[in-house]
Amino acid sequence: MTTAPDAPEHTGFRLSQLIYDTRYRSMTIQIVVLFLVMGFVGWLVDNTIQNLNALGKDFNYSFLGQRAGYDIGNALIPYNNDMTHGRALLVGLLNTLWVSFLGCIAATFIGVLVGVLRLSKNWLVARLMTIYVEVFRNIPVLLWILVAIALLTEVAPSPNAYKVNAATGEAKTSMLFESVAFTNRYTAIPSIHFDRSLGSLDTALAPISLNFLAIVLVLLASWFVTKTLNNRAAQVQAKTGVRPTTWWKNLAIWVLPVVILVTALGINPEEPALKGFNFVKGTNVSNAFVALWAGLSLYTAAFIAEIVRAGILAVSKGQSEAAFALGLRPNRTMSLVILPQALRVIIPPLISQYLNLTKNSSLAIAVGYLDLRGTLGGITLNQTGRELEAITLMMLIYLVISLLISGGMNIFNNRVKLKER
Amino acid sequence: MKKSVFIGALTAATLAAGVAGAATLDDVKARGELICGVNTGLVGFAAPDANGNWSGFDVAICQAVAGAVLGDPSKVKYVPTSGQTRLTALGSGEVDLLARNTTWTFSRDTDLKLQFTATNYYDGQGFMVRKDSGVTSAKELDGASVCIQTGTTTELNLADYFKANNMSYQPITVDSNAEGEQQFLAGACDAYTTDASGLAATRAAFANPSDYVILPEIISKEPLAPAVRQGDDQWTDIVRWTVFALIAAEEYGVTSANIDELAKSTDNPEIKRLLGTEGDLGAMIGLSKDWAVNAIKANGNYGEIFAATIGEQTPIGLARGLNAQWTQGGLMYAPPFR
Repeated sequence: MTTAPDAPEHTGFRLSQLIYDTRYRSMTIQIVVLFLVMGFVGWLVDNTIQNLNALGKDFNYSFLGQRAGYDIGNALIPYNNDMTHGRALLVGLLNTLWVSFLGCIAATFIGVLVGVLRLSKNWLVARLMTIYVEVFRNIPVLLWILVAIALLTEVAPSPNAYKVNAATGEAKTSMLFESVAFTNRYTAIPSIHFDRSLGSLDTALAPISLNFLAIVLVLLASWFVTKTLNNRAAQVQAKTGVRPTTWWKNLAIWVLPVVILVTALGINPEEPALKGFNFVKGTNVSNAFVALWAGLSLYTAAFIAEIVRAGILAVSKGQSEAAFALGLRPNRTMSLVILPQALRVIIPPLISQYLNLTKNSSLAIAVGYLDLRGTLGGITLNQTGRELEAITLMMLIYLVISLLISGGMNIFNNRVKLKER
Repeated sequence: MKKSVFIGALTAATLAAGVAGAATLDDVKARGELICGVNTGLVGFAAPDANGNWSGFDVAICQAVAGAVLGDPSKVKYVPTSGQTRLTALGSGEVDLLARNTTWTFSRDTDLKLQFTATNYYDGQGFMVRKDSGVTSAKELDGASVCIQTGTTTELNLADYFKANNMSYQPITVDSNAEGEQQFLAGACDAYTTDASGLAATRAAFANPSDYVILPEIISKEPLAPAVRQGDDQWTDIVRWTVFALIAAEEYGVTSANIDELAKSTDNPEIKRLLGTEGDLGAMIGLSKDWAVNAIKANGNYGEIFAATIGEQTPIGLARGLNAQWTQGGLMYAPPFR
């Protein structure tokens, strides 16, 4: 009877074990790679410092506190050229967030609609949606934005076409509903004006209108009351099996307080009026903004449509058959059975699309909409010559925005995803 | 994460910087080619023709420098730069020389570490409007939409001018002269503002130039000068004195036609020194004896270049004005060659 030879005596650690012993090998590789990466980073930093020295430049952000000296066409918060580059950065950042926010909403809305319709049994509707998706997602978004701005600029008349001719009493072009004017620069729409305004709260960032604050508070209160009402109705239903009628109560709670409030404030629209070269009063929504928003939304919507379609197809057919068997109509099957399950598949890729849209908003530079890229990375960078500082800061800001969006969407995803117990 | 972004930025900056060597002259000679940053296309100043050959007022400066340094005005590589990219292109060493309607300002000269050599065109910012708008003065532009090239000094002058005159305006930002032209023609802005010379050049390229007027107000001083990087004094001197050589040549009546003959026959010691037949000025800046001859031969003297590219006989039709010789009441004044 033979026995297996004894394991070799433990003779202590040998250097070759770092490569040949599987216990240590992965560690060795990781440490070597780490040192290589650190060496590369060190070389980059050193090279940058040397180059900056050679150019006689330093690295500091004091320019953010200097007077900007330039004007911004569409600022959401009060801004003039006496304010600092830091303020201009903030104006740009808000413009970026604003167009991204509205873009995400529009893209989701269109995307879900198209995604669902693409699965429609109606041959024509399904094919049209396929064409939409294929056309939009296969052409670069920059071209769509440029097409949008070209259409808006070339097709619409200039503001002075709305000028009323003194002799005939008529303008070359008349306004839509006498309150909306499409021009090759912007769309002039009425703004909201309060006769008995509550004034506004001045903060360092921007004045906050107390009127809107009051409206928001009233709506919040309405939401709270209707929620309580519905909870109570659900309790009654659970106890007795009969749900008390709540729809007219809900409607009244939502509508009446707000209507009373805005009437008390004396709400009325302020119509745009042509004065000199441009429309004054009212609100001018610039074509650059509309083009960017439309381009981003339509482009991203095509991707979202595909994501939604994939999500719906991922829900097994048995689910809808079961729902039909229970007597649910197709609409309710979709909203109660299919979509809630499809959301689990839809949300994660949807996050990427929101991030893409936000990052793509930096294409604003192509249409002269001054977003973060246009203010900090454009005019400020050019006027101060602080390329490294401006680009680094801009990258950091985009990173933070993206991480925030991604974090927020992950929280939402955790709420809808399949709870495995 | 934060760190990696920072590093990414550093990478980008490092690659872009590529270490600007101190001795530009040696680099240019070794390369056998001058890399010149020019406009992306402004007729009269720098624009390529159908065959891709660049010509214009700024291009002539590039060619004169190439002539002086390499003895061959055609040894130039043109890099079109926008208002946004031009200063970075120069600072990073991508171009040896920037001849692109660039205004000499304090902060560019000091903070941005550039060196402006010699003003080759005294300009000022103006406005262009459609004739049928009825506007005859910039003071009537209250409330107007104004197209403006981003990254330029004109952007700041515009803000200052409207502020000083207590007027409001709507800035429409464009990235290049071509985009500004398109927006202005489409009526997206009431006025287009840039240097008056640029306006004249832009208008000359319109289908109906007479439908547009350039307003009389000049709202700023824009001395345009070829720029080089700070820290290379020899190269700065070469570019500066090449420009001066062109200006001096006009003053002394040296033209591309008579230069060879003058070099042999003249008795004027100043011309002799300029053309290298007396003394050795070339050696003092590291160039050959006949550097100025080669520079002038490229496109003629300053007056010839002006007349051929942007002068009154060209579609751009700019008068000499401030850019006449000092002897003619202008500001063109070359220091003595001795």
